[in-house]
Amino acid sequence: MVTTIYGEMDEALLEKKVGSEEDSEKVLSWTEYWKDGELVHRSVDLVLKQGIDFGAEAASLI
Amino acid sequence: MANTQALCSQFKADVLNGYHIFSAAGRGGAADTFKAAIYLASATVDATTTAYSATGEVANSGSYTAGGPTVAWTAPAKTAGTAANASSTTYATLSASISVTGFTAAAFDAILIYNSTTSKAVSVHTFGSQTITAGTFTLTMPTNDQTTGLIRLT
Repeated sequence: MVTTIYGEMDEALLEKKVGSEEDSEKVLSWTEYWKDGELVHRSVDLVLKQGIDFGAEAASLI
Repeated sequence: MANTQALCSQFKADVLNGYHIFSAAGRGGAADTFKAAIYLASATVDATTTAYSATGEVANSGSYTAGGPTVAWTAPAKTAGTAANASSTTYATLSASISVTGFTAAAFDAILIYNSTTSKAVSVHTFGSQTITAGTFTLTMPTNDQTTGLIRLT
């Protein structure tokens, strides 16, 4: 079962799309479920690679 | 209007004034309460942000309520300097992922981490515009060390 904008729906009745992308700052993956051309569910899992380096931030201002 | 990743300028002064206790190792033996509020891509949170505001925050939905979920920090750690080179890095990261379930949100791209005990901002973290539809948003923290920790003072 999948949580959708219409409540719980049988996954077999839905079209599933997944995707991912990665850059220097994050790894992103998403899962979508569509019903008759309508997006009814979208989840995102995002992993940060980097925080903030205050020293580097300050140095960039000099 | 845009959100910009930064350590909030006010945080630097607030640290020296004793407004932030990140862990039980701090004064008083108990950490302050920290929260992570999620902001719409159309909002403006950045280095000038001094405190949490509901302006531009995503709407209440699913497990998300105004102000955002409570988060906790790892105890701040530091690398050792040497007698010849006193430079070191102090770093800390949230101790767990942020997860919001049953969530629907228009385009958002930032969180503001703030101290809800003292109503003081800490930092803004951006991650590109995202939307959620009746789903789960999970934000996993970077590795907690001197090169990738969520906030690092070098």
